[in-house]
Amino acid sequence: MKFKCRISTLPGMFLFTSAVFASGLDSALPRLSDYSFFNRPLKELSPTPAVIPYKLATPLFTDYAFKLRFLVLPEGEKITFLHDEKFAFPVGTIFIKNFYYPADFRYPHKDWNIIETRLLIHSTDGWTGLPYIWNKEQTDATLEIAGGRQHISWINENGKRESIHYQVPNFNDCKSCHVYEGVIQPIGPKPRLLNCDYAYESGEMNQLLKWKELHLLMDIPTPTQVSTTADWSNTKEPIDKRARAYLDVNCAHCHNPKGPANTSGLFLEYTQSNPRQIGIYKPPVAAGRGSGPHQFNIVPGEPDASIFIYRMESNDPGIMMPELGRKMVHREGVELIREWITALPKD
Amino acid sequence: MAPSLKILLLCVLLQLLNAGFEKEFQTKLILAKEGDTLTIPAGTHSILGTLSMDRKAHIFIRGAGIDKSILSFANQDAGAEGLKIINSENITLADFTIKDSKGDAIKIQETKGITLHSVKTSWSRGPHPENGSYGIYPVQCSNVLIDSCIAIGASDAGIYVGQSSDIIVKHSEALLNVAGIEIENSIYAEVFNNHAHGNTGGILIFDLPDLILKNGQDIRVYDNLVENNNLFNFAPPGNIVGTVPAGTGILVMGTRNVEIFNNRILNHKTVGTGIVSYHITGLDITDSLYNPYTSNIYIHDNYYERQKGFPSLKHELGRLFFFRFGRDIPDIIYDGNPDPQILSDDGNIKNGIDLCMQDNHGADFLNLDIKNNFTHWYTPLIARFSTEKSKFVCEVSSLTFPSPSP
Repeated sequence: MKFKCRISTLPGMFLFTSAVFASGLDSALPRLSDYSFFNRPLKELSPTPAVIPYKLATPLFTDYAFKLRFLVLPEGEKITFLHDEKFAFPVGTIFIKNFYYPADFRYPHKDWNIIETRLLIHSTDGWTGLPYIWNKEQTDATLEIAGGRQHISWINENGKRESIHYQVPNFNDCKSCHVYEGVIQPIGPKPRLLNCDYAYESGEMNQLLKWKELHLLMDIPTPTQVSTTADWSNTKEPIDKRARAYLDVNCAHCHNPKGPANTSGLFLEYTQSNPRQIGIYKPPVAAGRGSGPHQFNIVPGEPDASIFIYRMESNDPGIMMPELGRKMVHREGVELIREWITALPKD
Repeated sequence: MAPSLKILLLCVLLQLLNAGFEKEFQTKLILAKEGDTLTIPAGTHSILGTLSMDRKAHIFIRGAGIDKSILSFANQDAGAEGLKIINSENITLADFTIKDSKGDAIKIQETKGITLHSVKTSWSRGPHPENGSYGIYPVQCSNVLIDSCIAIGASDAGIYVGQSSDIIVKHSEALLNVAGIEIENSIYAEVFNNHAHGNTGGILIFDLPDLILKNGQDIRVYDNLVENNNLFNFAPPGNIVGTVPAGTGILVMGTRNVEIFNNRILNHKTVGTGIVSYHITGLDITDSLYNPYTSNIYIHDNYYERQKGFPSLKHELGRLFFFRFGRDIPDIIYDGNPDPQILSDDGNIKNGIDLCMQDNHGADFLNLDIKNNFTHWYTPLIARFSTEKSKFVCEVSSLTFPSPSP
């Protein structure tokens, strides 16, 4: 939907003169361009000097969308390293995550269709997630707290056309993944997930070292003292590490003892070592038809008897996992988890 | 107010003026302020994704009445629930219907104070394994009141309260679900004046391992009409509720301190009332903090009726009963597998009570005595089942616990 906000033409504005916003929305700006994160034209997503690009060792799967991530700190403020799992980000920190589809995945740098930009803003009230949806002209994106849907299509790596009804999460959806211990938190930017190289314009460099060099980071041990998380797609890594990294990033934001899926007793953090909690021979609790015909989350050696695969291979909202942010099956992800389950020892 | 905020507010207003019901209502759920009432107008509103509310207090969501204000999720393509409420306080839902959600109809999680009054959840095609799991589903909540609600067709439980405390389920009707009403891993629950009929199992009181809140206890089930729960079990395989035999009135599994009284429990072909440990599922237990046994179960002043007929032959227990009793199946069935913690060395009950029964009109009793029969229990002609109830007839004081104050 397209509209212009012109104050003079607004009907019934008195209705909204009292602050109707929940906390966290107060500092939101209506358009992405209002934040001045990017040089013009906006659609090139070329960051202004204080906006730092970053990546994650293993990213979340979001319907094959490409993502460009950036970080902005308030001037003079620094990030504090707490432990492998956690940084403390100063108030004023903003994470910027852009979701786009190149028209043809074989030419990933050309003809982008930018769908949405999600901001995660750290204010004195805590973190707030805000979805901005790009216009068709790709000149700007507008805050849409109720999210949105649009039909998009692209040519994949194999030259085949794919299309989906892409769903931009609403304000509450943001929380449903980002809540930990009842509070909104960043998910991706953990020290162990950032402890990898990034191809900066100045050359390839470890991200933690780079941040230290830029004086963004305090109290950081050397990268060798920080644990790493495998890149799920790097076949040189052991299958167990790749699979656990994939499950960590795609599932553990909910499936951890303090996350929203703790009702299930299935915990998939990278550091989880209890086989039952990871799902091995664990019966479902309230999975309903999500369990399909299967008895256990994981049956070692038998991916086709494992609920994991059943739910990853489904696009039915009542069955599939993750519940949100996915309309397509991640074929390569399923392959990986298949291979992992097949290799798990039977005893 | 900052100018930017004003502009933002105005933009949102404009969006609302231009949007359909789903977007408009979702926006209201996001912007709701303490004390707000959000109305669902009469009519059928088609919803494509989960409607959600997060971190709100004192919100009243109300429609024009059951089957008058209908949120239809028949075309849902995103989200695993119809309506989801999380992390909130003192929320009231009233007078509307949720139909055909792809997953649970209404899920309320980590909320203190949730009242549902005259809310209906249903799946139009009737019992079907592809219906959502739960109709009304508060989980990890406290002060839960479910009053005058109707739940139809859930592929797990129509009304399901899990991992919660201080619960009242009353004056509600559950039909054509696998489980009509289920209280699971919860404490301090009162279930009364409900009508559970035409389900696979009428009322289930369960406690399962591997969950955060475990060792559910202190449940009172009274003044309910539980009848004709003989529906085939259509739960998707793999679900614990799939182990419930068709023809179950009330089933207690793994839970302590349960009082079942003044209920009318009529025409259940397999188990009028069953008291069993989690071991009956045959699943192994690795959760060291979990107690799989029942104890301190008090069943009194219930009225039982059962016409002669075959039990469910699809179920192992049903076949067992059939071989032993033909068409005349006992009403109250105890697995006879008491908590070792209440047994003395000679195997007698010493520290507490396993099962206590009194004045159950028309009730025949069966003790499977699994503890002693275990190696033979699947060979009914050899196993020594007991129909002798004298050992279990006793009187204990009624359960009391702090009354919930939703």
